[in-house]
Amino acid sequence: MPLLEAMGISKVFGKLTALDGAALTVGEREFHGLIGPNGSGKSTLMKCLAGALEPTQGKVTFINTDITSFTPPERARAGMSLKFQITAVLPTLTLYDNILLALQARSSLLDLAFSRSRRRLHEEVMTMLLQFRLADRAFDAAATLSHGQQQWLEIAMALACRPRLLLLDEPTGGMSLEERRVTGELLQPTKQHCSLVIVEHDLDFIRDICDRLTVLDQGKVLASGTVAEIQANRSVQEIYLRRA
Amino acid sequence: MLSTGTGIQPPPRAIDAAASTVMASAFAGRKRVLPILEVALLIAASIAPLVLKDYITVYATRVLILCLFALSFDLVWGYAGILSLGQSLFFGMAGYGVALLSRDFGVGSIFAVLPAGTLIGLVAALLLAGFLLLGRHPSSVVFVSLGTMTGAYAADRLARGSHYLGGQNGIPSIQPMTIGSHELSEGPGFYYLVLAILVLIYLLSRFLLRSQFGLALAGLRENEQRIAFFGYKVQHLKAIIFAISGAIAGTAGSLYAFHEGFVWTNMLGVVMSTQVVLYVLFGGSGTLIGAVIGTAIIEGLSFWLSDNYRDIWPIILGGLLLLVIMFRPLGLISLVLGERERVGHFGPSLKETRNAAP
Repeated sequence: MPLLEAMGISKVFGKLTALDGAALTVGEREFHGLIGPNGSGKSTLMKCLAGALEPTQGKVTFINTDITSFTPPERARAGMSLKFQITAVLPTLTLYDNILLALQARSSLLDLAFSRSRRRLHEEVMTMLLQFRLADRAFDAAATLSHGQQQWLEIAMALACRPRLLLLDEPTGGMSLEERRVTGELLQPTKQHCSLVIVEHDLDFIRDICDRLTVLDQGKVLASGTVAEIQANRSVQEIYLRRA
Repeated sequence: MLSTGTGIQPPPRAIDAAASTVMASAFAGRKRVLPILEVALLIAASIAPLVLKDYITVYATRVLILCLFALSFDLVWGYAGILSLGQSLFFGMAGYGVALLSRDFGVGSIFAVLPAGTLIGLVAALLLAGFLLLGRHPSSVVFVSLGTMTGAYAADRLARGSHYLGGQNGIPSIQPMTIGSHELSEGPGFYYLVLAILVLIYLLSRFLLRSQFGLALAGLRENEQRIAFFGYKVQHLKAIIFAISGAIAGTAGSLYAFHEGFVWTNMLGVVMSTQVVLYVLFGGSGTLIGAVIGTAIIEGLSFWLSDNYRDIWPIILGGLLLLVIMFRPLGLISLVLGERERVGHFGPSLKETRNAAP
């Protein structure tokens, strides 16, 4: 049984059909890349998976549960997490508090009001910050970080709630080569407990990190398979050549 | 030393050491302004009735009640980012509620009327939250602000038209509040009662806002959508803080009714709601103490200006407000309070983590 299964997902905005029966299957601890030309519907599919958009048609199953009509908080509680395309760290809060905010999301309100999980989570927050090489900035406001560091902070926040599935929308957008390399390194260890769906323009990055790829074109799945299979696929080569 | 390799879980001792080092350097030499300000104001407020003339003490009591009211608005707007332009609804409804209790049932005991007023504020806010905040999808700031404002406006209109509520004139000559057999009329006694309630509610609010719940509220204020994706039930959080704020406004409203001895429709309406927004913006939102300072200064100034510049005082006051909002958008408090301290931090204190380390 796959971890995530999206079937026949369509999304229509007025006259525009952004997704037309797209499908995606992600297994346990699988890094799955979602690629395709601009406007092919990658981000829309991500949003449908995350619950930011409701698909016009189709069904999303996650850990054997139909989550198609789940709200974002319900999906998060089911074990799904995401990093937005636009960085959405909380700029005035410290890095520490950004992570703590993500970690404590499932504490009860009473626990929050009496700060009962503060001490317990302290270690987890610092571990997360150390892992993402941000610990020495722990008590600075998130707004003071560089763009790349903000992306890392966001990935750390998304991972903090120990998701079974992490949706990453352009994790390396606007990063330098070196920062991209580090991002790949930072993501590797999450494979032990978490699957990934990544939308990304940097094909080298995708190739290095992903196990399987799904290629979208004009809202439909063009091909899906292992990285090697996709690389050998004629029609995939064509749309990328066409674009180039 | 702080950047360890990826994927290797650093041993706990290293984490504590790293945390302590970072915290120590981050907090070193960080002067804290808020506690000083709070204590100074408390001392000033405590000795005020001893040095002020009696009629000014009466005025100051009213100002303290309005401070409490302003606190309720700061909670929703300054901390949770909910722009409630109908805060007077809870203030006024509680005021009318206790006035009716006194008029129709002869109930005036402080132990009955204050809880009753608080409850009225709480329930009214919960009901309004049900309409405005609790939906499947989060509602926009504009929707909430106009919704709350309409609520206040409608209540004002309804009260004006209601014979039972005294119409335009409101409910006059409410009997004084009683503690046991002692009647509490305006003056130093009433002043200290209000001060005690204000300090108590201030401390409770501060405790809540600096807790992890306060962090969740900060998340709500900064990026509501983001924290929903962490799994926060955003609408519930909003409804809770809205209800707490309504309850505090209710406490303030019932105190106001007994202090003034009458209630009238303005207490419910948009004017009162706007006034409380001005108090908080002027003093500086999101600090609690800013709301208190804003209220005290605006009310103090209008008292003094109206005495000395009988005809043009509203214009002078308006100009001052504009100046502050133009040049100090974060309010007067930002003259002495830095951004970092205003937002605060929510992890354990340096002392706590040091004690935790073996």
